[in-house]
Amino acid sequence: MNEIANPMDKLLRTDRIPHIWCQGCGIGISVNCFAHALEKLELDLDKVVIVSGIGCTGRVAGYLKLDSFHTTHGRAIPFATGLAITRPDLNVVVYSGDGDLAAIGGNHFIHAARRNVNLTVICVNNFNYAMTGGQVAPTTPLEGIATTAPYGNIERPFNLPFLADSAGAVYVARWTVYHVRQAARAMAQAMDRKGFSFVEILAPCPTLYLRRNRLGSSLDYLKMYKQKSRIMNSAPTKTAGLDNKAGEIIVGRFVDKEMPTWRENYDAHHKDRLASRFVAYGG
Amino acid sequence: MLAGTHFINGDVSCAEGAIAAGCRFAAGYPITPSTEVVERLAKRFPSVGGVFIQMEDELASSIAIQGAVWGGAKAMTVTSGPGMSLMMEHLGYAAMTETPCVFVNVQRGGPSTGLPTLPGQADIMQAKWGSHGDYRIIALSPNSPQEAFDLTIECFNLAEEYRTPVLLMMDECIGHMLGKVIIPHASNISLRTRHYSRRKAENYKPFEPRDNGVPGFVKAGDGYRFHMTGLTHNEEGYPVMTADAQRILIKRLVEKIDNNADKIIHVQKSKLRNAEVVVISYGITSRIAQYAIEQARKEKIKVGHIRLVTIWPFPESLIRGITDQVKAFIVPEINMGQIVHEVERAACGGAEIYKLSHAGGSVFSPKEIYDTIVEASK
Repeated sequence: MNEIANPMDKLLRTDRIPHIWCQGCGIGISVNCFAHALEKLELDLDKVVIVSGIGCTGRVAGYLKLDSFHTTHGRAIPFATGLAITRPDLNVVVYSGDGDLAAIGGNHFIHAARRNVNLTVICVNNFNYAMTGGQVAPTTPLEGIATTAPYGNIERPFNLPFLADSAGAVYVARWTVYHVRQAARAMAQAMDRKGFSFVEILAPCPTLYLRRNRLGSSLDYLKMYKQKSRIMNSAPTKTAGLDNKAGEIIVGRFVDKEMPTWRENYDAHHKDRLASRFVAYGG
Repeated sequence: MLAGTHFINGDVSCAEGAIAAGCRFAAGYPITPSTEVVERLAKRFPSVGGVFIQMEDELASSIAIQGAVWGGAKAMTVTSGPGMSLMMEHLGYAAMTETPCVFVNVQRGGPSTGLPTLPGQADIMQAKWGSHGDYRIIALSPNSPQEAFDLTIECFNLAEEYRTPVLLMMDECIGHMLGKVIIPHASNISLRTRHYSRRKAENYKPFEPRDNGVPGFVKAGDGYRFHMTGLTHNEEGYPVMTADAQRILIKRLVEKIDNNADKIIHVQKSKLRNAEVVVISYGITSRIAQYAIEQARKEKIKVGHIRLVTIWPFPESLIRGITDQVKAFIVPEINMGQIVHEVERAACGGAEIYKLSHAGGSVFSPKEIYDTIVEASK
């Protein structure tokens, strides 16, 4: 009997499969969305680069058949900044987790957004540090149980779309792994836009976060996403916090605007000031 | 290029050396006494096809340059004191991922915030051991504005040859010292170019060593679809969490430097023949030592000088080779004793060792070194 290949196999390093993610983990679904986004865009895949930090989502770079860089914890964005600034011909995607991007890498996140570096940042938010066994994260809901918050989290979580928007991101969207088509479309749009684009994907971590918080299985969680999500395109990101009383999950495309990128600004500005003395990078 | 004779300080000269070496991307964060290097680059880069970006911190700076390198750039970051401590993770990352790049440390007094505007030479061991894990480093130490230019170029050449991060260990005095710097015409500057793999994507392995232990490079966007990680990896670049993979990789990273140490090491030797006392010094201290040595020789004291241009790898075979002939080594350095331990190790009890320590904030007086030479010669 012939083996039936998954149509997305061509985008994966099949020699690296099986992957390390747990059964029921949402990261794999997000990768499938990303693969569909790549298909949809019909890009030259030789010019797509993926950069990850550390953590469960940080392993995405290792499974995609692209030029892929697995960097240090929290520093995927500044690595990608050096690459994106010097190589505007590349489509540079940072793919990492909430702890990596919003805690240890939080400073880089806001500054890359402020600079409008030409990056797509995909953040899989599973509400805890999963690779290290389920510690509290800057995204853990209030009172959520984690190994380092055994009596419940006392800190307010980040509203990541609001953070990205406030810092200057030109494209901001949030979907859950229930919304696979919308998530794939958002990833494609984010990659298509010039400048700092941000897509948050909410995902279950069944082994650590769901189990410890008695939230059921991943399937239960997908059903919850289905019931509780409310699509509100263009909603003010300030209203998109996940800590609202109704327990609603506001999803959608919140921000979509055009701004020149860091590199475009750099070139235009210095050309203006230095006239014929200006030499563009690589020129 | 700015070919010609200039009167500039070591920091500015270092920036010019980087430009002459083909560095076209730099990232940095302001910190005294290194800031003039990036200020010069920020001013000069737009007219030579370079890009400088001031990042949000030293962690960002030290990995932004590596992103640029994997895109094909030659790149450098510059810092001092606490900034160097922050960069340590990415020095290790560059060593592990074999990313050719240059880190400049204009040393000031420490630890912690220490003496921001005053000299120190106390980051020498940090340069070698500062990032966690085992690796080898190359570090050079200029002692004049001219050498800040020359050795910055050499740092880039060594980084390319061995696919490794290379440190330029300046100190505040050299960074801020004004002096004559001759910048040669580009055609007279010898540059080693990056060795790009000529293999086809199907049979290319990003970390398969060539005969010299160094893998051929590829950059992003060329169709290789390669993977790179700071995790222990095999030749394919894939993570492998086994003792075997660790042994093979770490051994190679260490040996590609160790086995070529003789080619890498550069020292200036002065009057070693018949020397009974030998001063071993580097950076600003070597200029003062040289003066003290000249005074002592006027008094007919047989004293020689080994000036370390390369600090790491350390020239231990040179020291070992002359130990039998000398009575004493004197090691003045602006720290509480760092290179002196390397000298002790190399001399292995065969000569007396004079540790001449200075906690930092100023430099040695020639008399301190002179007096020690006199004492050691007795």
